[in-house]
Amino acid sequence: MSADCVSYTLDSTLETVNNAEETASRMAAEAGFDDEEVMKISMAVREAAVNAVLHGNAYDPCKKVTLAFERTPHDLVIVIRDQGKGLDPGKIPDPLAPDNLLKTSGRGIFLIRSFMDVVEIHPSHTGTELRMIKHVHGNPADSKEAPQ
Amino acid sequence: MTMKSSTRQVDGVTIVDLSGRITLGEGSVVLRETVRDLLSKGQKKILLNLGDVNYIDSSGIGELVSAYTTAKNQGGDLKLLHLTKKVHDLLQITKLYTVFDVKEDEAAAVKAFSK
Repeated sequence: MSADCVSYTLDSTLETVNNAEETASRMAAEAGFDDEEVMKISMAVREAAVNAVLHGNAYDPCKKVTLAFERTPHDLVIVIRDQGKGLDPGKIPDPLAPDNLLKTSGRGIFLIRSFMDVVEIHPSHTGTELRMIKHVHGNPADSKEAPQ
Repeated sequence: MTMKSSTRQVDGVTIVDLSGRITLGEGSVVLRETVRDLLSKGQKKILLNLGDVNYIDSSGIGELVSAYTTAKNQGGDLKLLHLTKKVHDLLQITKLYTVFDVKEDEAAAVKAFSK
């Protein structure tokens, strides 16, 4: 495995959620994102980890969460996978709809989509894979000018 | 940093000073139990001071919504005070900024409960 690609296998616990957030924050900072972008990336990963641990694996100690980071010259790619029943993207309610505005849950995927540039949900009968991409702008390795 | 909560009374309004993170787990539980305890004691004018809340996730947002609707359903009122930029931005993108009554000045916020 190259140094720009790391993966973790994690228990279905609340501690995993916090660890995933902290790891994402560190990886994003190392990839050259500014503080605001680091916060958005780490929060997206936190929300994805909550979904995996709470809704996917339902805290089942026999089920694991895998979290992978890959850094390319242009992107930070983050993949989080659970072993749950599979999330149907078509059944995710719009949290901005007037009827849903005062609901106490259902904003996680919305926040992930708000904070990341690309979000793909791949459900299957063996679990859900959430793939998130944040484009690297302002990386010291790149041009100082953001791409048009 | 876990969440801390303390309460004080100003002109019949209970101000809850919160600090730390309102996230899934302890932070959300502290907020939920604080608001439920106040309502059970008849303290139904609640001002949540979020000035020292440096992080909130979707569970924390849900907990704020729950606190708001619980207070309203029991004939009370709940307002928010001193949002940090992070919390302000999250309430904006979730369209909750217009749902909550958000105040920037404590005295004005307390006064607004009597209107």
